[in-house]
Amino acid sequence: MTTTAATTTGMTTVPEGAPPAAKGGSSIGWAITDTLTITRRNLIVYTRIPEFLFFSTIQPIMFVLLFRYVFGGAIHPPPGFKNYADYLMPGIFVQSVAFGSISTAVGLSEDLQKGLLERFRALPMARAAVLTGRTTADLVRNIFVVGVITAVGYAVGFRIGAGVVAFVAGILILLLFAYALSWGFAVIGLSAPNSETAQVMAFPILFPLVFASPAFVAVKSMPGWLQPFANHQPIGVVVIATRALMHGGPTASPVLQALAWCIGLLLLFIPFAVRQYRRRA
Amino acid sequence: MTYAIEAENLEKTFGGTVRALDGVSFAVEPGTVFGLLGPNGAGKTTAVRVLTTIVQPDAGSARVLGRDVVAEAGQVRSLIGLAGQYAAVDENLTGRENIFMVGRLNHLPRDVASTRAAELLERFGLSDAGDRTLKTYSGGMRRRLDLAAALVARPPVLFLDEPTTGLDLRSRNDLWEMIEGLVDGGTTVLLTTQYLEEADRLAQRVAVVDHGHVIAEGTPEQLKADLGATVLAVGLHDPAAAVSAAEILEKVGTKRPSVDGSSIELPVDDGPRAAMEALRLLDARDVVPTAFVLREPSLDDVFLALTGKRTEADDDEAEGATGDGARRRGRKGARAASTTGGAR
Repeated sequence: MTTTAATTTGMTTVPEGAPPAAKGGSSIGWAITDTLTITRRNLIVYTRIPEFLFFSTIQPIMFVLLFRYVFGGAIHPPPGFKNYADYLMPGIFVQSVAFGSISTAVGLSEDLQKGLLERFRALPMARAAVLTGRTTADLVRNIFVVGVITAVGYAVGFRIGAGVVAFVAGILILLLFAYALSWGFAVIGLSAPNSETAQVMAFPILFPLVFASPAFVAVKSMPGWLQPFANHQPIGVVVIATRALMHGGPTASPVLQALAWCIGLLLLFIPFAVRQYRRRA
Repeated sequence: MTYAIEAENLEKTFGGTVRALDGVSFAVEPGTVFGLLGPNGAGKTTAVRVLTTIVQPDAGSARVLGRDVVAEAGQVRSLIGLAGQYAAVDENLTGRENIFMVGRLNHLPRDVASTRAAELLERFGLSDAGDRTLKTYSGGMRRRLDLAAALVARPPVLFLDEPTTGLDLRSRNDLWEMIEGLVDGGTTVLLTTQYLEEADRLAQRVAVVDHGHVIAEGTPEQLKADLGATVLAVGLHDPAAAVSAAEILEKVGTKRPSVDGSSIELPVDDGPRAAMEALRLLDARDVVPTAFVLREPSLDDVFLALTGKRTEADDDEAEGATGDGARRRGRKGARAASTTGGAR
């Protein structure tokens, strides 16, 4: 950087027609660098906003304790499960990453509102980095959340039933699903007029998907008309696949269905999010 | 000669109805400060958004250092810095982190971005606050940080969109000194402002914009000469007295006095002399004014002189510290509607 070597502190001069600060490098390389810059920024912000910390740690822990100790006594684990904790934890994992993805919508919406995305447009950065950096940061946050919940799960009696490899595979499916959901909530964040509305829009979508699913109770206990929905909607499918991998049981079909949903959602949401971003920012 | 910034017949309409730019042209010489002066909703911000590649014009073209803002937007982005009224900095990051991030997004290497952040914090008097989050910053500090971040990659062309709107006088003066320092270093600056005083102090040339048109262009001296250097404001007991006082004082001013209720205003060349003459004339007719003030001409006076009508009453844009494009456009829409109503 010759331009910098010549710099002195104090009243620095900006020579007329100075070359752009840095050039060279492939555009893919810059896209990755920009994504990491935005990712880092988003992660720093997450550590400084109490609400985000709450949704990432306290809320999942509260749900574990609520279902394990308050509702758990009234819910009989289906055959094959020694205790409710083993049944519950895969559901808690999915529910936590699903609710956590609301922060993708809220974060993007706030950046839009504050004019930050507009400023980014005047920078020579990769346009897509705003979206990829946001979803990558949320992926990192989800890895952290999954770690916290695993620890809490162990404390309340959850044990891996089908080996560490299967458990890790379950976590990977979970994270892939969370990543796909982040893109979906990016669409909402970029469509809502403000972050409060983004949050209000997100809950009615997530609530039925999370609770009308096998996350907390057996689908068989639900009315007949609801069962097909609960078993085949994306969160239901991912819960079934995660549970099969973490506890044991037939895995091939549920895992394939879950992967199909994840890939389908990504193929749908990524172009949609990019389009909304172009329109709004 | 090559201009640092050229705008040719820029047109931009929002939402199919709000005509933010209606054929705006101007050119800025390298190493100078050019002021776009106008009231809220005149189209200043839209012009900056087009020139900084944030929005594309519907018609017309613009170049920054010879690069087209549409066809060569990527190159333009690495030549410009943008700071402004909507200090688009991240309040959850520290000052240092903000500058570092903008530096990295300008593709400065890590060590360079971090050195630049330290330099700029020092230069803008923010060293002590550098490691605090922006939530703790005052409005003036945020603007300074915003400006610092815009400078991280040493852009040869800098856009300042109402850099001091909403700031107190002291912060405004601080910021003016910093901008002057930049220009001494050879940076070309395009500045938008609602304050004649600001354009006068900082800009070598000024274009006055109104309703998406450039209605006057020249040096601040030319604009003020056209207007009269000073404004004499006289208050009377009632509107009838104001009308007769306006007749009495007609020959004192450089233009006809304007009457607004029971007060009159007239632009004058030599303030104190004009004031004495005005008082003599009024005294000779036994007219005793309730108020008698000499003041610097304002944007309002420039507008009055140029268009024969006052700028419309302030709206809330100046106070709004945040707002996205859609909201700004919304306000412009409201303004345009009220303008049409008022003209009838």
